[in-house]
Amino acid sequence: MATAHTTAHGHDHGHHGEGAHGSVKSYIVGFVLSVILTAIPFGLVMSGALPAGTAIPVCFGLGIVQIIVHLVYFLHMNSSSARSWNMAAFLFTLLIVAILVVGSWWVMLHLNANMMPGAMPME
Amino acid sequence: MSNAHSVAAADAALLNAVEAHDEHHHDDGSKTTLGFWIYLMSDCILFAAVFAAFAVLRGQTAGGPDAKELFSLPYVAGETAFLLVSSFTYGMAMIAAEKQKQSATLRWLGVTLLLGLGFMFMELHEFAELIGEGAGPDRSAFLSSFFTLVGTHGLHVLSGMVWMVTLIAHVLRRGLTHANIVRLTCLSLFWHFLDIVWIGVFTIVYLSGVAA
Repeated sequence: MATAHTTAHGHDHGHHGEGAHGSVKSYIVGFVLSVILTAIPFGLVMSGALPAGTAIPVCFGLGIVQIIVHLVYFLHMNSSSARSWNMAAFLFTLLIVAILVVGSWWVMLHLNANMMPGAMPME
Repeated sequence: MSNAHSVAAADAALLNAVEAHDEHHHDDGSKTTLGFWIYLMSDCILFAAVFAAFAVLRGQTAGGPDAKELFSLPYVAGETAFLLVSSFTYGMAMIAAEKQKQSATLRWLGVTLLLGLGFMFMELHEFAELIGEGAGPDRSAFLSSFFTLVGTHGLHVLSGMVWMVTLIAHVLRRGLTHANIVRLTCLSLFWHFLDIVWIGVFTIVYLSGVAA
């Protein structure tokens, strides 16, 4: 990852070579990693090698790793973007997304459990 | 003679004005891309909402078919391949654009567009088949949320393709000007972002659905 930095503060987004958009090598590395990280979960589920209880968390873990690979190799987020507004906006969005998805799922799960006929309190 | 000369001068002045206008609008391009990044983050929240809806409703099949009966993983792997390869080819287009290689940029953009078309074709075919089997969005809450989530992503891909055609026309007309490179950079963020959303789709909708 010898390249690139974020789009937010590029004063040198030059017209020469490997500026803000990474190098051919970094795209190839990102692509190969993505293919591997996609093939493993598909292979795992299609072969039924693991029981669902293990396979699903493994798929989620690999999915998160692949998202990080994409952010670093395709969207060029790295340590030099760590202090930028891009990163601040991104981290804030992650927080909102987590509250939205986990919160909805958690609340609705409890609601479902409490609405089951047997679980209704009798007068 | 002097007439022709002054017309040429006026043309040049107009061209300069147009370029200056572009420069003025986009300063060094970094504000534009930051602004576009903020838009992408808001789009993330839109997708979070439809993902949350799907997570909540995935079990509500109303006696209809579930993910295991409906989805074919090899088919989804094909869609994934189209999108992943297109992310890579867009990256190649960006590198060519940075090096001011116009014909290479256009070639890679063309390849990316074809791969995007392949993805859209597969997705629409999948939707048509599901609806034909009576597993349309009206069948159950699970299928409503499935069509909403995957359809929202598909609409984004379609918009990205329309945008790509527009930018190909821009580059053909004016070449790889600074303004066009800023535009291409914004689309590259958008296109890679859609590939990231797709990772969430195939993990949560297809893989988890079939494994469960």
